[in-house]
Amino acid sequence: MASKIVNMRVNGRDEALVVSSLTTLQDVLRDKLDYTSVKDGCSQGGCGSCSVIIDGELRLSCLTPVQEVHGSEVTTLEGLNQSNSITALQSQFIEKYAAQCGFCTPGMMVAIKALLDKNPSPSRDEISEALAGNICRCTGYLPIIEAVESVVAEMSGAAGD
Amino acid sequence: MTKLRGTGFAAVNYPTGMHLGGDPTQSLVHATTSGNFVVTMSSVDLGQGLKTILAQIAAEALGVPYETVIVDTGDTDTGPHCTGTFASRTTHRAGNAVIMAATEARKAMLEVAAEKLEVSVEDLETDGQGNIHVVGVEEKSISVAETAGAAHFELGKTISGRGIYLKPPSPMDPDTGESDPDSTQAHACTVADVEVDTETGDVQVLGIKSAYEVGQQVNPELVKGQIVGGAWMGIGHTLQETTAPYYPAIDHAPKDFQSYMMPGAADMCEVECEVLEIASRNGPFGAKGVGEMVTNSPIPAIVNAINNALGVRITQIPVTPEVILRALDEKAANSA
Repeated sequence: MASKIVNMRVNGRDEALVVSSLTTLQDVLRDKLDYTSVKDGCSQGGCGSCSVIIDGELRLSCLTPVQEVHGSEVTTLEGLNQSNSITALQSQFIEKYAAQCGFCTPGMMVAIKALLDKNPSPSRDEISEALAGNICRCTGYLPIIEAVESVVAEMSGAAGD
Repeated sequence: MTKLRGTGFAAVNYPTGMHLGGDPTQSLVHATTSGNFVVTMSSVDLGQGLKTILAQIAAEALGVPYETVIVDTGDTDTGPHCTGTFASRTTHRAGNAVIMAATEARKAMLEVAAEKLEVSVEDLETDGQGNIHVVGVEEKSISVAETAGAAHFELGKTISGRGIYLKPPSPMDPDTGESDPDSTQAHACTVADVEVDTETGDVQVLGIKSAYEVGQQVNPELVKGQIVGGAWMGIGHTLQETTAPYYPAIDHAPKDFQSYMMPGAADMCEVECEVLEIASRNGPFGAKGVGEMVTNSPIPAIVNAINNALGVRITQIPVTPEVILRALDEKAANSA
């Protein structure tokens, strides 16, 4: 299979990679760049645990051929560490017991971050809808939704990012 | 198109654990040089919070702060034996094993402290804050850290303990069918409200209200987490999830998450729960266990609510739109 050079910016760092055409972004992020918050739950777009943000849009890295992100900016959970909203979200995940086994948690946080970037004050229905692509087998979602609601309440009035 | 509402309830008796051919869990507890305690187990935390509650139980039995207990469930090849995390057994089995091991380790700890303080073991108590002192004379004390250091480096003693809980095998009496299969019984009742679309067969669960009697709760927030997660899993099993949709035929079995559909966040309803604590006689500090029961009671409650809404008698899961529409056809045919 033909190899290509792909340039992209991942979590603020420029990366140049030689990859074969159909390599997924997920494989590159996990195995070549060691961003292991990108989980491999189903490899077919069914679970949301590999969610990343590409040029501001929430995407599933398992269904994204890496050559498609040539020239793009990719953000994984590791890249969100410095933002206010993700710190608040981490605290609320702990406060509300929103993680049990924790496998879905990185994908959930990325999906929530993508939501809050576009809609800083989502309704409960909008939060549920935004999490439609992310499966959690443990919590029944309610603690996760409540964690997001708390972050929204906390950040309204406070400076976001 | 008509949307019909119904209410159903179900009550369950839930046995904690099984006897299998003898069902043990073991635990080893030891103090490190700095006075932390390591609880070594092969019991696996699946996310339900087992490591948290075992640390709580160990801290209580040792008389030391929770923060100083480390639960190591690292390796089932090298750890003390545990049959496994199933049958809602682990709080009960592992909790009891930890109490036994921690009690022996506490005795060893107090013996070292007694030697250092030149008093008898019977005169010592722990304050739960990391100190051991003479009963009624709080200034005559030694820290747990200092005690552990002395054991290791001065006295050449270990501060450790061994624990096991065994549910003995209970073969069935061939004449009466009697056996003693489980260890303790938890109880639950769930009331479910649903709305059924008679044209599409789609079901929306509107609410799940439950009461769970789980013995003494070790960690109420983790119990609540089990109950809410179990309610969701109950909705999934009732309405969508199966590996053999035309059982006993195995055709059309789902092969991936595109065909094995689980409910999403938007399918989740409000969950209300009350927890009742009636202590188990043989559970760790009276605990029974939550576990699987939280999925078992919502399932028949939701099916009964669907039956109540439609005036049918569906007795299988999952109650897919196809099952509902066939039941409505059958009802119409019978009344014609």
